[in-house]
Amino acid sequence: MLSLRFAIPTANTLTPPKIKPKPGLVVQTAWNQTDLFPSLPKRNDYKLQAATTDLSVAGDIPAEEVVELPAELSRELMPKHVAVIMDGNGRWARQRGLATSAGHEAGVKALRELVELCCQWGIQVLTVFAFSYENWIRPKVEVDFLMSLFERALKSEVESLSRGGIRISVIGDSTKLPTSLQKLINEVEETTKHNSRLQLIVAVSYSGKYDVVQACRSIAEKAKDGQIQLDDINESLIEQELETNCTEHPYPDLLIRTSGELRVSNFLLWQLAYTELFFAQELWPDFRKDEFVDALSSYQQRQRRYGGRH
Amino acid sequence: MERIRERVIQIYGNLVSLLQKCIFCILSVGPIPNHIAFIMDGNRRFAKKCKLMEGAGHKVGFSALMSMLKYCYEFGVRYVTVYAFSIENFKRSPEEVQSLMDLMLKKIEEILKKQSIVNRYGVRVIFSGNLKLLSEPVRLAAERAMLATAKNSKAVLSICVAYTSTNEIMHAVQESCEEKWDEITLLNSSGAGYGLISLGGYEQDEMDHLIKLTDIEKHMYMAAAPDPDIIIRTSGETRLSNFLLWQSANCYLYSPSVLWPEIGFRQFLWAILNFQQIHFYLDKLRKQS
Repeated sequence: MLSLRFAIPTANTLTPPKIKPKPGLVVQTAWNQTDLFPSLPKRNDYKLQAATTDLSVAGDIPAEEVVELPAELSRELMPKHVAVIMDGNGRWARQRGLATSAGHEAGVKALRELVELCCQWGIQVLTVFAFSYENWIRPKVEVDFLMSLFERALKSEVESLSRGGIRISVIGDSTKLPTSLQKLINEVEETTKHNSRLQLIVAVSYSGKYDVVQACRSIAEKAKDGQIQLDDINESLIEQELETNCTEHPYPDLLIRTSGELRVSNFLLWQLAYTELFFAQELWPDFRKDEFVDALSSYQQRQRRYGGRH
Repeated sequence: MERIRERVIQIYGNLVSLLQKCIFCILSVGPIPNHIAFIMDGNRRFAKKCKLMEGAGHKVGFSALMSMLKYCYEFGVRYVTVYAFSIENFKRSPEEVQSLMDLMLKKIEEILKKQSIVNRYGVRVIFSGNLKLLSEPVRLAAERAMLATAKNSKAVLSICVAYTSTNEIMHAVQESCEEKWDEITLLNSSGAGYGLISLGGYEQDEMDHLIKLTDIEKHMYMAAAPDPDIIIRTSGETRLSNFLLWQSANCYLYSPSVLWPEIGFRQFLWAILNFQQIHFYLDKLRKQS
């Protein structure tokens, strides 16, 4: 029988979207956490308002504490590096009759929750695809909003991230970003560079192909300067020159893409060689703890062979 | 009795063929993918499942490949790529590697025969990968096959042997560096090289003389084919396993749970239908990048 492991998302086009009714614009970040883990600090509800949201939340990321994993997950099989393509903010907003900006703001909340979960569950690196090099062609209003959203999010989060032991790195072509954002990124990277609990890599203005091209250019430079011979060019040399050289684990173990789209969209092409791909049906702002647990348990059940025999 | 049975089977076969042709006619109203790539995963699991001998799974897998190629070429897909053997597969047991190489040698010879699929559909065969890693007889057979089919122009079959995408990119980077190096050395020696590489920072027009995306792309093993429209990986695993990483940037990924030897018309049809659903959006994305 035709049985598909990952169903083709016909829901996107043929059936009307299932809209979860939300009272007004209130968004709860850890709505189910209080049921399963009553010992964890409760999050306060906060209102979501387009373009004027105060992004600081009431609770901090809890400092080192031993957290019990959900029953279906095992700590030994946790991926070291998880990558996420945060797709679906625009569609989420359209489904609720909101402006796209509201979708992006909701996306930031979902990201914050994911960062907390990664800290608690021992994941060492989290890479998120915030803004692609191809996204620059979107309407100027949306792009300007996204740039200001990044600035606001960084400014408000840097303190709590520092306290939480999170190191931020930003990869991508930063020359196209507004100067104020570039400066802020440098400051945040400098402030958090000694943190070691979780490394959060944010890909802004990033393209997998251009990552390889810039690695190639720097190798060519080194060859021209005589630092290396052309015969020395091998895969690990290229790996060292890619923008993901800011971390010890540049290859993601698991890539999650939300909103049901089945493609990689020019994100981390080289590094995805043996990454397990997981395509989630939910739109990014709806991707919460339950959905993350599904992705992780699917990952933990897979047999990774890297081309050899089991 | 036997003759009636044979006749019935023949009529049934013809009906199925006719039905498939009708379906292709209807589907060709929509966009037809230009390039489909297959990761043929699940041969060993199939052999275990059906309690066959070692290596028998791959033989059944080969006939599954022939029928998928037939569907592709009949439907009008011009480029088909298959992941036959990865560089990582050399790490398997020497007996298994040897039996795979023997199978490949045998099938390459068969492909070159007159009635084979290659001549029926005018297919040009290309072997992509680091062919230097192959044993001498296989490499020579591959080169013979490429030469023999070089004049065919209706369709292209790329067989990836001794291939990994990271190796392909590294090789392309190496070749681009060598090419630029030769170019710059030549210009320097003829006195026209000044200003090409400055000692400090680079000006915008000097950046143009450095290595570009197109330089790397033209040195890829897969440069003869456009980017794939669909990548189909059987046996339900969703990973690319170092296959066409560069080329799959905006490609539709489909992973049916059937094992490779079990793949059939149904999976092909499903892949095409879903490709047609998202084609216009992906095409727009591709033109923008």
